[in-house]
Amino acid sequence: MKIAIASGKGGTGKTTLSVALAQAADKNVQLIDCDVEEPNGHIFIDAQLDKHEDVTIPIPVLDKTLCNNCGKCGEICQFNAIVTIGDKTMIFDDMCHSCGGCILVCPQQALTEQQKTIGYLDSGSNTINCGQVHQLSFIKGSIKIGEAMSPPVIRAAKKKADQNQLTIIDCPPGTSCPMMTAVCDCDFVLLVTEPTPFGLHDLKLAVETMRCMDLPFAVIVNRDGCGDERVSEYCSAEKIPLVLKIKDDRRVATAYSRGEGLLSALPELAPKLRSLLDDISTWTKPATEGKQ
Amino acid sequence: MKIAISTSGTTLDAPIDPRFGRAVRFLVYDLEQNNFTLVDNEQNLNATQGAGIQAAKTVVDCGAQAIISGHCGPKAFQVLSAAGIAIYHSDGSTVAEALEQYNNGQLQAATDANVEGHWV
Amino acid sequence: MKEIVIISGKGGTGKTSVTAAFAALCNHAMLADCDVDAADLHLLLDPEIQQSHPFISGHIAKIDGQRCINCGKCFSLCRFDAINPPQTNDKYTVTPSSCEGCGVCVHFCPEQAIEFPERRCGEWYHSETRFGPMIHARLDIGAENSGKLVSLVRQQAHKLAEDKQCQLILVDGPPGIGCPVIAATTGADAVFVITEPTYSGKHDLLRVLELTKHFSIPAYVCINKWDINPSMAQEIQISAAKNGATLIGTIPYDSKITSAQIAAKTIIEYDDSISALAIKEIWHNFAKALNIEQNQGN
Repeated sequence: MKIAIASGKGGTGKTTLSVALAQAADKNVQLIDCDVEEPNGHIFIDAQLDKHEDVTIPIPVLDKTLCNNCGKCGEICQFNAIVTIGDKTMIFDDMCHSCGGCILVCPQQALTEQQKTIGYLDSGSNTINCGQVHQLSFIKGSIKIGEAMSPPVIRAAKKKADQNQLTIIDCPPGTSCPMMTAVCDCDFVLLVTEPTPFGLHDLKLAVETMRCMDLPFAVIVNRDGCGDERVSEYCSAEKIPLVLKIKDDRRVATAYSRGEGLLSALPELAPKLRSLLDDISTWTKPATEGKQ
Repeated sequence: MKIAISTSGTTLDAPIDPRFGRAVRFLVYDLEQNNFTLVDNEQNLNATQGAGIQAAKTVVDCGAQAIISGHCGPKAFQVLSAAGIAIYHSDGSTVAEALEQYNNGQLQAATDANVEGHWV
Repeated sequence: MKEIVIISGKGGTGKTSVTAAFAALCNHAMLADCDVDAADLHLLLDPEIQQSHPFISGHIAKIDGQRCINCGKCFSLCRFDAINPPQTNDKYTVTPSSCEGCGVCVHFCPEQAIEFPERRCGEWYHSETRFGPMIHARLDIGAENSGKLVSLVRQQAHKLAEDKQCQLILVDGPPGIGCPVIAATTGADAVFVITEPTYSGKHDLLRVLELTKHFSIPAYVCINKWDINPSMAQEIQISAAKNGATLIGTIPYDSKITSAQIAAKTIIEYDDSISALAIKEIWHNFAKALNIEQNQGN
């Protein structure tokens, strides 16, 4: 079962909650940090990330001796990554989306593909004891600084996971391509928000995205009490299950600032999270039913 | 020799468009004939990315051997240089002013891009 | 004209609240919300929309079921898993959210059965607020390419700033360090980074500073809620300096920031609270550092 932890707005506690859920689980679990622009999960997990690998994408490389500067590659490229000027053909690989069109269209077979590193995967595992002893495997995706495209790194991180194990996916914020890449084909999505106007506004966008993608989801309110009641009112009006409220508590903020997780500040939360995981697995049992 | 100037207008009195890649159009001035033609850069305004690269190609295709613009990013610079086109930056306010600066030898050919790429 | 981009790396550090406060403090700045994924600035500034425009970006493949002969060529060529094989008695279809708009299927379809219309990805607006003109945008659900919309918002903000003779463009930037952030910051005069004294805040700040260094943009750092963990705040101050950034000030934890948000006001208008005072001083110092003309009395 794959559960994605997402939110429209950043800083609502996605990572905190992903880590806490993985720690509270009563069976072996994988935690995948798909917030590849700013991965933070590893800070809260004492895992040795001893395996390192590169994430690469294919980019075209030109054999100048074969190229006759016909310009066909530049014509098919929708991303302006190749241009032919007179007797010179130039490739701008940071604009390339790896569609492979130029390779296919080249009449001279002058283009071949080479792998280019755009990010990294670091992984490792650890034994957790938050009431239930289990193994936590951690996979961290991170984008190389200066690279623009995160979806391939997110896809690579997700692919590395064992499909048969309970998997928690910490998603990037927002509702555009990176977030959608992270939540797609998950069995359930938990949207974390805070009870403020910003939180509510961004929650609505996230809800729209979930409905558009036809994914089952529920809402968790973090820092409950710091704002107003409009998030709860919205959820009940929209018939969205609000499955957990985590009280606004300075102990949590302080623990977080030191790189300590939610459960070290509020250990009493562990059984609640465990039963939430159980509930989700019952809701998703017949994969297509039981949503909302 | 022809020289292309990025502009948002259609006459010599029109202001210089400080953008190169996403300039509205180029006024291509023929220094021998003392007349000019206009080349639209319209499709680049909506380009997903790489407007500078395409604008450079447009300039090359219209036969200009030099350009005058406000800013030129690294990719456009690379393409223009590969095609042997000289790049001048002018702080003049109109096309005519920029041409005058050029004719008086007040403009120096750029040796490097003067803005960072905008990526998209 | 100066352009300042306010970013945070990590989300939820108070970036939008501080941007709105700056808008209240400076004299008729041009405002731009480049956090197009989760644009929140309008919740505090209540813009009145003057014009709205569709945001068109790239193209999308669309299979014409009439002409499709189910040869499967598009399916085998697509690298983005955007083509779905036919269900019973059906033709191949495109999943719009997965289509990258590369046009490979369009080019190679033997029946020319794939159309390639322009793609509407959202809307952008020119508005007026009580603090000055504002450009903002909304990305359609499932739309891609927010980096291009960010560029568009900045471009339009530049244009409007010239028309209105604004001396300053204040940009609320996106979180992260990827495409949208790169699009929001390249070529700006300075980046103002708001962080918080947490491990995650520090970690993300360092990634952001690597990016600003990569693109040679001067970076100024402000630590919000510094008193949550003073020793971490100090650590951040040291590593910011080591990475070539200037620490411009700190803001104490203040629940009034949330109260102001609920009242749809900037903290400057809401209350003379501790955070408002700190932000005023930071703005004063920042404006001085960048030679920005300052409002009388602020």
